[in-house]
Amino acid sequence: MKSAVIVFPGSNCDRDVQVALRQSMGSEPTMVWHKDSELPKVDLIVLPGGFSYGDYLRVGAMSARSPAMRATVEAAEKGVSVIGICNGFQILTEAKLLPGALTRNRDLKFHCRDVYLRVETSQSLFTSRYEEGQCLRLPVANHDGCYVTDDEGRRRLEDQGQIAFRYCDAEGAVRPEANLNGSISNIAGIFNETKTVLGLMPHPERLSDPALGGNDGRALFDGLVEAFN
Amino acid sequence: MKARVHVTLKPAVLDPQGSAIKNALEQLGFSGVGDVRQGKLIEIELNQSDDQAAKAEIEAMCKALLVNEVIETYRLELES
Repeated sequence: MKSAVIVFPGSNCDRDVQVALRQSMGSEPTMVWHKDSELPKVDLIVLPGGFSYGDYLRVGAMSARSPAMRATVEAAEKGVSVIGICNGFQILTEAKLLPGALTRNRDLKFHCRDVYLRVETSQSLFTSRYEEGQCLRLPVANHDGCYVTDDEGRRRLEDQGQIAFRYCDAEGAVRPEANLNGSISNIAGIFNETKTVLGLMPHPERLSDPALGGNDGRALFDGLVEAFN
Repeated sequence: MKARVHVTLKPAVLDPQGSAIKNALEQLGFSGVGDVRQGKLIEIELNQSDDQAAKAEIEAMCKALLVNEVIETYRLELES
C-alpha cells in the first residue's frame, strides 16, 4: 500500500498517523504540505487531526479550499481512498466529500478522553478487520464533534449503510447517554456512498500500539494494508 | 462600498452557545428572554459601485467559502 498524509498549518496528529501507518505498512507514508497541488500516486490519502488554520471561519473551512485538498477531491472522485480523522472529518464535510457538518459539542466543552464505539459494518476497506457490533475504545479530542444532518440525510446514511461507527457504552450498547456531543443517531463516523471515503471523530492512530495504552485502532490500518497489498 | 454578511445557524440546527447566552442573561436578572441564537458578521470592503454586481459577487463568495449551507443561512446588507 502507498499512502500520503496531508499536513496543514495547525495539524497536530500528522506524526501520530505517520507512525501508525509505518507500523502497519512497513514503509513510509509520503507527507504532503497543504500548498502542494499535486499528490503522489497513492492508494490512501489521510487527512490528520488538529486545528488547521486555527479553525478560522468554521472548522475545516479553510483547509477544504487548499491546493492539496483540491487534488484530494479529484483523487477521491477517481476512487482513491481517503480517511479523515477528527479535523480531517471536518475537512471532508467542508469539501463535500462527505455529507452533513460538524458543529460545537452540545455541552460546549472540549472533550479529551477515551470513548466507546460500535462498529456498524465490517463491509468496508476501513473496517474489514473488525466485526460488526464490535466495541472499540478510542480517544476523542475535539470541541466540534457534533455531527449534524437533516432527517433526509440521516435516512440516506442509514438506508445505504454509510454509518461506520456510533458512540456506545462500554458494553457496546448505543444509548443516548453514550452520545457525548449531541451527534445525530450517535454518529461517530460515516462513509461516502461508495465507502471509499471515511470520516471519524475518534483517533484510531492514537491507540494503535499496546505501549500507548490500547490497540483498538490498529486493525483499521492493518485492514487497509491488507486490502491494498 | 461595504458589504455585511450576517451568518446564522439554520433554525433546525442546535445552537448551544445561544442557549448558554440565554441562561447567562436570565442569571443576570433579565426576564422575558426568549430563544437566543448566536451568529457572525463578516464585513467586506468591495471595489464595486454597482449594487447588483456587488450582490452577485458576495453571493458567489458565500457559496464558495463564507457560508456552509448545510447548517447556516445568511443575510446580505450593502452600504455605499
